[in-house]
Amino acid sequence: MDQIQTLLGPAWLPVWTLVKIMVIVLPLLIGVAYLTYAERKIIGYMQIRIGPNRVGPKGWLQPIADALKLMFKEIVIPTGASKSVFILAPVLALAPALAAWAVIPFGDTLVLADLDASLLYVMAITSMGVYGVILAGWASNSKYAFLGAMRSAAQIVSYEIAMGFALVGVLMAAQSLNLGDIVRAQQGGFWHWYFLPLFPMFLVYLIAILAETNRSPFDVAEGESEIVAGFHVDYSGMAFAVFFLAEYANMILVSAMTSLMFLGGWLSPVPFLPDGLFWLLAKTSFILFLFLWFRATFPRYRYDQIMRLGWKVLIPVTLVWLLVEGAVMQTSLGRFFH
Amino acid sequence: MEFTSVVFYFLSAILLLSGLRVVTVRHPVHAALFLVLAFFTAAGLWVLLEAEFLAITLVLVYVGAVMVLFLFVVMMLDINIETMRADFRKYLPLAGLISGLMALEMYVVLGGQEFGLKMPEPKAVDYSNTKALGRVLYTEYAYAFELAAVILLVAIVAAIALTLRRRPGLKWRDPATQVVVRKADRLRMVNLKPQKPGAPVEDEA
Repeated sequence: MDQIQTLLGPAWLPVWTLVKIMVIVLPLLIGVAYLTYAERKIIGYMQIRIGPNRVGPKGWLQPIADALKLMFKEIVIPTGASKSVFILAPVLALAPALAAWAVIPFGDTLVLADLDASLLYVMAITSMGVYGVILAGWASNSKYAFLGAMRSAAQIVSYEIAMGFALVGVLMAAQSLNLGDIVRAQQGGFWHWYFLPLFPMFLVYLIAILAETNRSPFDVAEGESEIVAGFHVDYSGMAFAVFFLAEYANMILVSAMTSLMFLGGWLSPVPFLPDGLFWLLAKTSFILFLFLWFRATFPRYRYDQIMRLGWKVLIPVTLVWLLVEGAVMQTSLGRFFH
Repeated sequence: MEFTSVVFYFLSAILLLSGLRVVTVRHPVHAALFLVLAFFTAAGLWVLLEAEFLAITLVLVYVGAVMVLFLFVVMMLDINIETMRADFRKYLPLAGLISGLMALEMYVVLGGQEFGLKMPEPKAVDYSNTKALGRVLYTEYAYAFELAAVILLVAIVAAIALTLRRRPGLKWRDPATQVVVRKADRLRMVNLKPQKPGAPVEDEA
């Protein structure tokens, strides 16, 4: 290690950082591939089907076959499309989904960039993901795509407020904007995790992340039965695959965020078991399973009811709980929130 | 040249170029996108000035929310570029005056050292400007902060009051009453006796 460092000289830091980025991104992309497989299998079993089982043993090679198929397909650009924006849109969808991983801590010291305000950074970066969707809808020059884009823009902007307030509750309890410090503040067993004192916030956050990632039952931006496939109706081949990657990478990201902020991240649920990365992976997988479970269970929300839920239910719930939390923290009962 | 200077000139070049493109590009949606790029690079410059809280907030508020709504509106407008170009000469003197004023303001702010203004010392690595900002905002400037909040609230209420239209005879549904509907409100269970084909139906319930 030291020999390589002296060999590379000043180029060491960029090279080493790139290696660390690859160590995060590669497993993430493999995770995305197998999340699509898990989704098809789990929903299959929930609907008493088998799911993909032809490519490789038990269908394990199905995601790779799908990726290859998409790579070799032609990317069709519609005649009326705004070409540069049309190509830029999938990039803008995927880039924030990957960039946010820079500050996600995987362990006590395992973090790429230990920012002081990492929670805010994640909020800011993920709020840019909506550009991919609205630009795709606009650039396609198609009515269906545009409808999907408009729905998505309004929905994501509305649910971001409820999500932000839920996060304010977390940072009040942890008294820090640093994700590592937030996890460390939950030390000492699962009864110290924030999902208990902040239970309404936890529920609001769970619902809001479904809406933020355009997942069922809030998938009106795609709405196969109403607007064909929504914002990406005109995308094909790899350009479509990039949207797909972005959606699933975002799902994994928000699941990891939920486990870090409400479920104690890498901390073990009981003091006699060791802490470690596998706890974070297990909690993230559990939240991802909830995503798939919801998709198999709930019918799609009607658009006006999505707006009502966001503005008239979730935001008031978070506001009331913020008041409760702030008031209780001033009394001797405040230790429940720490 | 120091590395920070390289980064500064790199970001500034992008910022100036994208700012220029905002006013020169033909399509309003493309102009809005260049404005997004300008905000983003401006946030990069603020990070360079060690104001990471302001930088992240700029991205969160302006890029993540304001420009999304802006694009939302611009995309739905049907703007005829030719008629907008026609008024260029008419507005030129006013635009020139405003640009001159802005240049003067920038000179006053940036040339502070010439007027004897001291530059702030760089802070230590573990200094959290998020915490510092929160502290002064809620102690020293609490009244000014609350005043700003009230003004914003008034603006929100005014904007809603100005755009709210009540058209008579409009058919609309209230989703709040729809979601509380229970089975008993809509469905009546009846018990039917086995019927002979052709015989009149007898309702027991």
